[in-house]
Amino acid sequence: MSKHIVSPIVYIVIFVSLMLGTAITIWAAFQNFGKFNIVIALAIATIKATLVVLYFMHARYSLKRTQLVIVCSVFWLAIMLALTLADYDTRPHESRLASANTCYHA
Amino acid sequence: MHRTGDLYGQFQTLEQQKETATLGMWIFLVTEVLFFGGLFLTYTINRSAFSTAFGIGSNTLDITLGGGNTVVLIMSSLTMAMAVWSAQVGKKKLVGIFLIATLGLGTVFLGVKAIEYKQKFDHHLVPGRGFDMKYHPTHPMPGDDPKELALEKKEVEEAFAHDPDINAHAQLYFSLYFGMTGLHALHMIVGAGLLIWLIRGSFRGRFTPQYNNPVEIVGLYWHFVDIVWIYLFPLLYLIDRHR
Repeated sequence: MSKHIVSPIVYIVIFVSLMLGTAITIWAAFQNFGKFNIVIALAIATIKATLVVLYFMHARYSLKRTQLVIVCSVFWLAIMLALTLADYDTRPHESRLASANTCYHA
Repeated sequence: MHRTGDLYGQFQTLEQQKETATLGMWIFLVTEVLFFGGLFLTYTINRSAFSTAFGIGSNTLDITLGGGNTVVLIMSSLTMAMAVWSAQVGKKKLVGIFLIATLGLGTVFLGVKAIEYKQKFDHHLVPGRGFDMKYHPTHPMPGDDPKELALEKKEVEEAFAHDPDINAHAQLYFSLYFGMTGLHALHMIVGAGLLIWLIRGSFRGRFTPQYNNPVEIVGLYWHFVDIVWIYLFPLLYLIDRHR
Protein backbone atom coordinates (compact mmCIF):
# COMPACT_ATOMS: atom_id res chain seq x y z
CA MET A 1 0.00 0.00 0.00
CA SER A 2 1.57 3.30 -1.05
CA LYS A 3 2.30 5.99 1.52
CA HIS A 4 0.52 8.45 -0.76
CA ILE A 5 -1.85 10.65 1.28
CA VAL A 6 -4.70 12.01 -0.82
CA SER A 7 -5.36 15.70 -0.20
CA PRO A 8 -8.78 16.82 1.06
CA ILE A 9 -8.95 19.13 -1.98
CA VAL A 10 -9.13 16.06 -4.22
CA TYR A 11 -11.92 14.65 -2.07
CA ILE A 12 -13.89 17.89 -2.29
CA VAL A 13 -13.49 18.06 -6.08
CA ILE A 14 -14.73 14.47 -6.40
CA PHE A 15 -17.62 15.22 -4.03
CA VAL A 16 -18.72 18.20 -6.14
CA SER A 17 -18.48 16.05 -9.29
CA LEU A 18 -20.69 13.41 -7.66
CA MET A 19 -23.26 16.06 -6.71
CA LEU A 20 -23.24 17.38 -10.29
CA GLY A 21 -23.68 13.84 -11.60
CA THR A 22 -26.67 13.32 -9.30
CA ALA A 23 -28.28 16.57 -10.47
CA ILE A 24 -27.73 15.72 -14.15
CA THR A 25 -29.16 12.23 -13.62
CA ILE A 26 -32.37 13.63 -12.16
CA TRP A 27 -32.63 16.33 -14.84
CA ALA A 28 -32.03 13.82 -17.64
CA ALA A 29 -34.70 11.50 -16.23
CA PHE A 30 -37.33 14.16 -16.92
CA GLN A 31 -36.21 14.68 -20.55
CA ASN A 32 -37.38 12.36 -23.30
CA PHE A 33 -34.32 10.71 -24.81
CA GLY A 34 -36.37 7.63 -25.67
CA LYS A 35 -34.29 4.46 -25.58
CA PHE A 36 -31.27 6.43 -24.43
CA ASN A 37 -32.74 7.45 -21.06
CA ILE A 38 -31.52 4.23 -19.47
CA VAL A 39 -28.15 4.44 -21.27
CA ILE A 40 -27.58 7.97 -19.94
CA ALA A 41 -28.66 7.02 -16.41
CA LEU A 42 -26.31 4.02 -16.31
CA ALA A 43 -23.45 5.93 -17.94
CA ILE A 44 -23.61 8.71 -15.33
CA ALA A 45 -23.92 6.16 -12.52
CA THR A 46 -20.86 4.31 -13.84
CA ILE A 47 -18.83 7.52 -14.02
CA LYS A 48 -19.81 8.32 -10.42
CA ALA A 49 -18.95 4.80 -9.28
CA THR A 50 -15.58 5.00 -11.06
CA LEU A 51 -14.75 8.28 -9.29
CA VAL A 52 -15.63 6.74 -5.93
CA VAL A 53 -13.50 3.65 -6.61
CA LEU A 54 -10.51 5.60 -7.93
CA TYR A 55 -10.35 8.40 -5.38
CA PHE A 56 -12.46 7.68 -2.28
CA MET A 57 -11.39 4.02 -2.26
CA HIS A 58 -7.82 4.96 -3.27
CA ALA A 59 -7.73 2.53 -6.20
CA ARG A 60 -5.69 5.08 -8.16
CA TYR A 61 -2.95 4.89 -5.55
CA SER A 62 -3.18 1.17 -4.79
CA LEU A 63 -0.97 -1.79 -5.61
CA LYS A 64 -1.37 -3.32 -9.06
CA ARG A 65 -2.62 -6.45 -7.30
CA THR A 66 -5.51 -4.50 -5.76
CA GLN A 67 -6.35 -2.94 -9.13
CA LEU A 68 -6.39 -6.42 -10.68
CA VAL A 69 -8.89 -7.61 -8.06
CA ILE A 70 -11.16 -4.65 -8.88
CA VAL A 71 -10.98 -5.37 -12.62
CA CYS A 72 -11.75 -9.03 -11.94
CA SER A 73 -14.97 -8.16 -10.08
CA VAL A 74 -16.20 -6.17 -13.08
CA PHE A 75 -15.21 -9.00 -15.42
CA TRP A 76 -17.08 -11.66 -13.44
CA LEU A 77 -20.15 -9.42 -13.14
CA ALA A 78 -20.00 -8.93 -16.91
CA ILE A 79 -19.96 -12.71 -17.47
CA MET A 80 -23.01 -13.16 -15.26
CA LEU A 81 -24.91 -10.38 -17.02
CA ALA A 82 -23.84 -11.27 -20.57
CA LEU A 83 -24.55 -14.99 -20.46
CA THR A 84 -27.86 -14.66 -18.59
CA LEU A 85 -29.13 -11.90 -20.89
CA ALA A 86 -27.98 -13.93 -23.90
CA ASP A 87 -30.55 -16.48 -22.76
CA TYR A 88 -33.46 -14.20 -21.85
CA ASP A 89 -33.04 -11.59 -24.55
CA THR A 90 -33.09 -14.20 -27.29
CA ARG A 91 -36.41 -15.69 -26.18
CA PRO A 92 -39.67 -14.97 -28.04
CA HIS A 93 -41.20 -11.73 -26.81
CA GLU A 94 -44.53 -13.22 -25.69
CA SER A 95 -43.10 -15.96 -23.51
CA ARG A 96 -40.38 -13.95 -21.78
CA LEU A 97 -40.96 -15.09 -18.26
CA ALA A 98 -43.42 -17.20 -16.24
CA SER A 99 -47.08 -16.28 -16.54
CA ALA A 100 -48.69 -13.71 -14.29
CA ASN A 101 -50.57 -16.43 -12.43
CA THR A 102 -47.45 -17.23 -10.44
CA CYS A 103 -47.75 -13.85 -8.68
CA TYR A 104 -50.34 -12.99 -6.07
CA HIS A 105 -53.53 -11.49 -7.39
CA ALA A 106 -55.02 -8.73 -5.25
CA MET B 1 -3.78 -13.11 18.83
CA HIS B 2 -0.14 -12.39 19.62
CA ARG B 3 0.55 -8.70 19.16
CA THR B 4 3.68 -6.55 19.63
CA GLY B 5 2.56 -2.92 19.48
CA ASP B 6 0.49 -2.72 16.30
CA LEU B 7 2.12 -5.74 14.63
CA TYR B 8 0.27 -9.04 14.92
CA GLY B 9 2.44 -12.16 15.27
CA GLN B 10 1.72 -13.76 11.90
CA PHE B 11 3.09 -10.78 9.95
CA GLN B 12 6.71 -9.78 9.41
CA THR B 13 6.16 -6.06 8.87
CA LEU B 14 3.39 -3.49 9.42
CA GLU B 15 3.39 -2.91 5.65
CA GLN B 16 2.64 -6.57 4.98
CA GLN B 17 -0.08 -6.56 7.65
CA LYS B 18 -1.72 -3.53 6.11
CA GLU B 19 -1.54 -4.92 2.55
CA THR B 20 -3.05 -8.22 3.67
CA ALA B 21 -6.00 -6.63 5.46
CA THR B 22 -6.67 -4.32 2.52
CA LEU B 23 -6.55 -7.18 0.03
CA GLY B 24 -8.92 -9.17 2.24
CA MET B 25 -11.48 -6.36 2.28
CA TRP B 26 -11.23 -5.88 -1.51
CA ILE B 27 -11.80 -9.60 -2.12
CA PHE B 28 -14.83 -9.48 0.18
CA LEU B 29 -16.13 -6.52 -1.86
CA VAL B 30 -15.76 -8.66 -5.00
CA THR B 31 -18.18 -11.17 -3.47
CA GLU B 32 -20.50 -8.26 -2.64
CA VAL B 33 -20.40 -7.07 -6.27
CA LEU B 34 -21.66 -10.48 -7.35
CA PHE B 35 -24.18 -10.62 -4.47
CA PHE B 36 -25.85 -7.35 -5.44
CA GLY B 37 -25.11 -8.09 -9.09
CA GLY B 38 -27.51 -11.04 -8.99
CA LEU B 39 -30.32 -8.76 -7.85
CA PHE B 40 -29.46 -6.15 -10.50
CA LEU B 41 -29.60 -8.94 -13.08
CA THR B 42 -33.03 -10.03 -11.82
CA TYR B 43 -34.14 -6.40 -12.04
CA THR B 44 -32.86 -6.13 -15.64
CA ILE B 45 -34.76 -9.18 -16.84
CA ASN B 46 -37.99 -8.30 -15.04
CA ARG B 47 -37.92 -4.67 -16.12
CA SER B 48 -37.55 -5.53 -19.80
CA ALA B 49 -40.43 -8.02 -19.54
CA PHE B 50 -42.78 -5.75 -17.57
CA SER B 51 -41.76 -2.22 -18.52
CA THR B 52 -45.21 -0.64 -17.96
CA ALA B 53 -45.47 -2.05 -14.44
CA PHE B 54 -41.94 -0.95 -13.60
CA GLY B 55 -42.66 2.53 -14.90
CA ILE B 56 -45.84 2.99 -12.87
CA GLY B 57 -44.27 1.41 -9.80
CA SER B 58 -41.27 3.69 -10.02
CA ASN B 59 -43.52 6.76 -10.26
CA THR B 60 -44.89 6.04 -6.76
CA LEU B 61 -41.43 6.72 -5.32
CA ASP B 62 -40.60 10.18 -3.97
CA ILE B 63 -37.64 11.69 -5.87
CA THR B 64 -37.10 14.38 -3.21
CA LEU B 65 -36.58 11.72 -0.55
CA GLY B 66 -34.57 9.47 -2.85
CA GLY B 67 -32.42 12.26 -4.27
CA GLY B 68 -31.95 13.73 -0.81
CA ASN B 69 -30.83 10.34 0.45
CA THR B 70 -28.37 10.10 -2.44
CA VAL B 71 -26.83 13.45 -1.43
CA VAL B 72 -26.70 12.34 2.23
CA LEU B 73 -24.94 9.09 1.36
CA ILE B 74 -22.38 10.74 -0.94
CA MET B 75 -21.68 13.29 1.82
CA SER B 76 -21.12 10.40 4.22
CA SER B 77 -18.54 8.96 1.81
CA LEU B 78 -16.77 12.34 1.88
CA THR B 79 -16.70 12.41 5.68
CA MET B 80 -15.49 8.79 5.69
CA ALA B 81 -12.60 9.65 3.34
CA MET B 82 -11.80 12.65 5.55
CA ALA B 83 -11.71 10.37 8.60
CA VAL B 84 -9.02 8.26 6.88
CA TRP B 85 -7.08 11.42 5.95
CA SER B 86 -7.28 12.72 9.53
CA ALA B 87 -5.71 9.52 10.83
CA GLN B 88 -3.02 9.61 8.13
CA VAL B 89 -1.93 13.15 9.12
CA GLY B 90 -2.18 12.48 12.85
CA LYS B 91 -5.18 14.69 13.65
CA LYS B 92 -6.61 12.24 16.17
CA LYS B 93 -9.53 14.42 17.32
CA LEU B 94 -10.75 14.92 13.74
CA VAL B 95 -10.86 11.15 13.16
CA GLY B 96 -13.61 10.77 15.76
CA ILE B 97 -15.47 13.82 14.50
CA PHE B 98 -15.54 12.65 10.88
CA LEU B 99 -16.51 9.11 11.90
CA ILE B 100 -19.41 10.45 13.97
CA ALA B 101 -20.47 12.64 11.02
CA THR B 102 -20.44 9.57 8.76
CA LEU B 103 -22.52 7.62 11.26
CA GLY B 104 -24.94 10.54 11.63
CA LEU B 105 -25.46 10.86 7.89
CA GLY B 106 -25.93 7.10 7.59
CA THR B 107 -28.58 7.22 10.30
CA VAL B 108 -30.38 10.05 8.47
CA PHE B 109 -30.38 7.84 5.36
CA LEU B 110 -31.93 4.94 7.27
CA GLY B 111 -34.52 7.24 8.85
CA VAL B 112 -35.64 8.52 5.46
CA LYS B 113 -35.80 4.93 4.20
CA ALA B 114 -38.08 4.05 7.11
CA ILE B 115 -40.38 6.93 6.20
CA GLU B 116 -40.48 5.73 2.58
CA TYR B 117 -41.24 2.16 3.62
CA LYS B 118 -44.05 3.34 5.92
CA GLN B 119 -45.57 5.25 3.00
CA LYS B 120 -45.52 2.11 0.87
CA PHE B 121 -47.23 0.12 3.64
CA ASP B 122 -49.93 2.79 3.96
CA HIS B 123 -50.52 2.86 0.20
CA HIS B 124 -50.97 -0.94 -0.07
CA LEU B 125 -47.84 -1.26 -2.19
CA VAL B 126 -46.21 -4.13 -0.28
CA PRO B 127 -46.19 -7.34 -2.37
CA GLY B 128 -48.58 -10.03 -1.19
CA ARG B 129 -52.19 -10.05 -0.18
CA GLY B 130 -53.67 -6.57 -0.12
CA PHE B 131 -51.37 -5.20 -2.81
CA ASP B 132 -53.31 -2.80 -4.99
CA MET B 133 -51.95 -0.09 -7.30
CA LYS B 134 -55.46 1.41 -7.33
CA TYR B 135 -55.62 1.83 -3.54
CA HIS B 136 -53.87 5.17 -3.09
CA PRO B 137 -55.61 7.05 -5.94
CA THR B 138 -59.00 5.97 -4.56
CA HIS B 139 -58.16 6.47 -0.88
CA PRO B 140 -56.66 9.94 -0.36
CA MET B 141 -54.54 10.38 2.74
CA PRO B 142 -53.88 13.50 4.80
CA GLY B 143 -51.13 15.56 3.19
CA ASP B 144 -51.89 14.39 -0.35
CA ASP B 145 -51.96 16.99 -3.12
CA PRO B 146 -55.33 16.56 -4.91
CA LYS B 147 -53.90 17.54 -8.34
CA GLU B 148 -51.06 15.03 -8.06
CA LEU B 149 -53.44 12.36 -6.82
CA ALA B 150 -55.71 12.94 -9.84
CA LEU B 151 -52.68 12.64 -12.14
CA GLU B 152 -51.64 9.44 -10.36
CA LYS B 153 -55.18 8.03 -10.79
CA LYS B 154 -55.05 8.79 -14.51
CA GLU B 155 -51.62 7.18 -14.91
CA VAL B 156 -52.64 4.04 -13.00
CA GLU B 157 -55.75 3.68 -15.16
CA GLU B 158 -53.63 4.09 -18.32
CA ALA B 159 -51.23 1.46 -17.04
CA PHE B 160 -54.10 -0.98 -16.38
CA ALA B 161 -55.33 -0.40 -19.94
CA HIS B 162 -51.85 -1.10 -21.29
CA ASP B 163 -51.32 -4.17 -19.13
CA PRO B 164 -54.37 -5.72 -17.39
CA ASP B 165 -52.11 -7.74 -15.08
CA ILE B 166 -50.45 -4.60 -13.69
CA ASN B 167 -51.17 -5.53 -10.08
CA ALA B 168 -49.34 -8.83 -10.51
CA HIS B 169 -46.43 -7.34 -12.49
CA ALA B 170 -46.01 -4.30 -10.27
CA GLN B 171 -45.50 -6.67 -7.34
CA LEU B 172 -42.37 -7.85 -9.11
CA TYR B 173 -41.16 -4.25 -9.17
CA PHE B 174 -41.95 -3.70 -5.49
CA SER B 175 -40.43 -7.04 -4.51
CA LEU B 176 -37.22 -5.85 -6.12
CA TYR B 177 -37.63 -2.40 -4.55
CA PHE B 178 -37.97 -3.78 -1.02
CA GLY B 179 -35.47 -6.58 -1.65
CA MET B 180 -32.71 -4.40 -3.06
CA THR B 181 -33.12 -1.35 -0.83
CA GLY B 182 -33.69 -3.67 2.14
CA LEU B 183 -30.47 -5.57 1.49
CA HIS B 184 -28.73 -2.23 1.01
CA ALA B 185 -30.17 -0.92 4.31
CA LEU B 186 -28.98 -4.10 6.04
CA HIS B 187 -25.48 -3.36 4.75
CA MET B 188 -25.79 0.21 6.06
CA ILE B 189 -26.73 -1.12 9.51
CA VAL B 190 -23.68 -3.40 9.52
CA GLY B 191 -21.63 -0.38 8.41
CA ALA B 192 -23.08 1.62 11.29
CA GLY B 193 -21.96 -1.08 13.69
CA LEU B 194 -18.45 -0.98 12.21
CA LEU B 195 -18.41 2.81 12.55
CA ILE B 196 -19.39 2.58 16.23
CA TRP B 197 -16.47 0.17 16.73
CA LEU B 198 -14.13 2.63 14.98
CA ILE B 199 -15.46 5.59 16.97
CA ARG B 200 -14.67 3.78 20.22
CA GLY B 201 -11.16 3.11 18.93
CA SER B 202 -10.69 6.71 17.88
CA PHE B 203 -11.66 7.96 21.35
CA ARG B 204 -8.89 5.76 22.75
CA GLY B 205 -6.46 7.45 20.32
CA ARG B 206 -5.89 4.15 18.52
CA PHE B 207 -5.56 5.53 14.98
CA THR B 208 -2.24 7.15 14.08
CA PRO B 209 -0.23 7.82 10.90
CA GLN B 210 1.50 4.49 11.59
CA TYR B 211 -1.67 2.48 12.27
CA ASN B 212 -4.93 3.52 10.59
CA ASN B 213 -5.83 0.62 8.35
CA PRO B 214 -9.07 -0.31 10.18
CA VAL B 215 -10.43 3.12 9.26
CA GLU B 216 -9.27 2.64 5.67
CA ILE B 217 -10.91 -0.76 5.19
CA VAL B 218 -14.20 0.14 6.89
CA GLY B 219 -14.05 3.10 4.50
CA LEU B 220 -13.75 0.70 1.55
CA TYR B 221 -16.88 -1.13 2.76
CA TRP B 222 -18.78 2.12 3.28
CA HIS B 223 -17.85 3.48 -0.17
CA PHE B 224 -18.96 0.22 -1.75
CA VAL B 225 -22.40 0.50 -0.09
CA ASP B 226 -22.54 4.06 -1.46
CA ILE B 227 -21.75 2.78 -4.98
CA VAL B 228 -24.62 0.27 -4.74
CA TRP B 229 -26.99 3.15 -3.91
CA ILE B 230 -25.56 5.24 -6.79
CA TYR B 231 -26.89 2.52 -9.10
CA LEU B 232 -30.08 1.79 -7.12
CA PHE B 233 -31.34 5.39 -7.18
CA PRO B 234 -31.71 5.88 -10.97
CA LEU B 235 -32.81 2.28 -11.57
CA LEU B 236 -35.58 2.31 -8.96
CA TYR B 237 -36.63 5.97 -8.71
CA LEU B 238 -36.17 7.39 -12.20
CA ILE B 239 -37.96 4.97 -14.57
CA ASP B 240 -40.24 6.62 -17.15
CA ARG B 241 -40.22 10.02 -15.43
CA HIS B 242 -40.35 11.86 -18.73
CA ARG B 243 -43.99 10.99 -19.28
